[in-house]
Amino acid sequence: MLPDAASSVEGALPLEPASASFVDSRLIGRIALLAAAAFGYAVILAPLIFVCWLSFFSNEIVTFPPSGYTLRWFARIFDQNNFVSGFATSLQVGVAATIGGLLLGIPASLTLARRRFPGREALNTLLVLPLVVPGIVAGTAIYVFQIEIEIATELPLLGSRAGLVLAHIMITIPWTVRLLTASIAGFDRSIEEAALNLGATPLQAFLKATLPVIKPGIVAAALFSFVISFGNLEMTLFLVAPGQTTLPIAILQYLEWRIDPTIAAVSLLQIVLIAGGMLIADRYVKLTRVL
Amino acid sequence: MARLQLSGLTKTYGDFHAVAGIDLDIAQGELVVMLGPSGCGKTTTLRMVAGFVPPTAGRIRLGGHDITKRPSWRRNTGLVFQSYALFPHLTAAENVGFGLRMRKLSQATIAAKVAEALRLVRLEGLADRLPRELSGGQQQRVALARALVIAPDVLLLDEPLSNLDAKLRAEVRVEIRELQRKLGLTTIMVTHDQEEALTMADRLVVMSHGKVQQIGSQRDLYEHPANTFVAGFVGRTNFLRGRVESPGLFRSQSGLAIRCSKAAPSAGGTLALRPERLSMAPAVSAADNAFPGTVEFASYLGGILEYYVRLTPQDRLLVQVPNRVGDPLHEVGDRVFLQWPAQASLVLADDGGSTS
Repeated sequence: MLPDAASSVEGALPLEPASASFVDSRLIGRIALLAAAAFGYAVILAPLIFVCWLSFFSNEIVTFPPSGYTLRWFARIFDQNNFVSGFATSLQVGVAATIGGLLLGIPASLTLARRRFPGREALNTLLVLPLVVPGIVAGTAIYVFQIEIEIATELPLLGSRAGLVLAHIMITIPWTVRLLTASIAGFDRSIEEAALNLGATPLQAFLKATLPVIKPGIVAAALFSFVISFGNLEMTLFLVAPGQTTLPIAILQYLEWRIDPTIAAVSLLQIVLIAGGMLIADRYVKLTRVL
Repeated sequence: MARLQLSGLTKTYGDFHAVAGIDLDIAQGELVVMLGPSGCGKTTTLRMVAGFVPPTAGRIRLGGHDITKRPSWRRNTGLVFQSYALFPHLTAAENVGFGLRMRKLSQATIAAKVAEALRLVRLEGLADRLPRELSGGQQQRVALARALVIAPDVLLLDEPLSNLDAKLRAEVRVEIRELQRKLGLTTIMVTHDQEEALTMADRLVVMSHGKVQQIGSQRDLYEHPANTFVAGFVGRTNFLRGRVESPGLFRSQSGLAIRCSKAAPSAGGTLALRPERLSMAPAVSAADNAFPGTVEFASYLGGILEYYVRLTPQDRLLVQVPNRVGDPLHEVGDRVFLQWPAQASLVLADDGGSTS
């Protein structure tokens, strides 16, 4: 840019663009949009951030502003039998539900994605229904169902670990199937045929050609299932046996007779666990594609 | 004995006949091209030979053994897919070695054979690349190497050139043909591109609507097409509808009296004329057939000249003449005489429903 070019030339154009007011209004629009987005984020994240912050406050009775910070609430978690056993149960149920969900979900998505058969659309809808049923309704219904089965068959289903895992599989299957189907949709079937042509039996073709390609979908489905199962409260409330507890239930029970930052500490740990799971899952399958 | 025999091979889906009974014997080392438009049944036939589609009827014999009921993974066929179907999570070398690993060869043998196969298709430096890091032409060569390395009894090519750009196509079809000849592989290739088919084949099988229309060499199909479909599909042709009035005389619907061979089938309803068999003269001559016409369209294509000449309100014929020094260049509007010998008049039966 030539210095002072405009001022030394007669009849020169002004240096500001003629559409100055237009640029201004575009800028105002951008700022307004950003402000609205920031407000939305604030409303959603403020409680979470506050809880996390609270877990470090040193006073047992929460005052604001805090008089100091400490880590002792995290240590207290491990003194509480309920939290420890609740975490163990949630972990076990989560893993079992994830594995069960995958064993059912992988063949289901492969079939749904590839074959046309009568009732395909109905099956698709059926597999999504658990998302629509409110947790308490599901919990009550399954509870009653388990009672009936136990009466009819003498199987000790009520309050059993197996019964709980089955119920958790039911709520994670919709996610498993959706994530897997999204992953399979981009999969070229002729890859399997190529494997067969080169001498692989159908099982070998599945293990060596199909599975490695849909692996990202499987990982994402597994992580997401685990997260859903771990965090479930309303349905699980109905299905745990007396004395048995999961982490969300333990948190709820603690809150009934005490409010101190221990609860915030447990929540922070759970948030970290779940957020970590979602972030890792997102690396394998873009969750925005599915949600 | 023929290397590959297809006897009465049929595939029906309910009422739909995808393949309506094919009989074909392919000799060891022969490259047979199945040529036809989309939906003619050529790909279904290929997939039956590969073992992906169970035939409704008929037999497939390979080297004397009946493999009709054998599953794909127990036939020793090598299929190159139109989309290449490379394993995206394996490198080029691992892709090529897949079939050998399934056959449980030793690591050392596999490594040696893979290196040899990659060398044959000229991809030596790219062994450790993943398919997404290779160009379309390179992916195709990996797919080819993968099929060749298992020393298949039959090599199956499903429209191998359709995903390549035009310039690459011309080079690659020669490469594939030379490779096939060198290795002496019995091969079936499927395509809808007649130029590809004519360049590469030992023999051609022209198909339409599930049926074989004609089997023969390039010359057989071009000079003696069995029906109007083959005449129209292989090379370009002019068609005149009408009937054989008497031996050696064909009367077109537009009234032209055209001399044809006395041996022409009397049931023939269409006369086919190859554009290069017609010539243009300024005046009537002693040729068997000479008709006056007007040039309606002229194309200068360098080595050849093409003209559309109208003889009657219903008949406009395509003429192709070599561009020889000294020959006149005709223009739109010129009045010329179109002439051709009687042997150039091919009287054909209809195939039952395509070209006109």
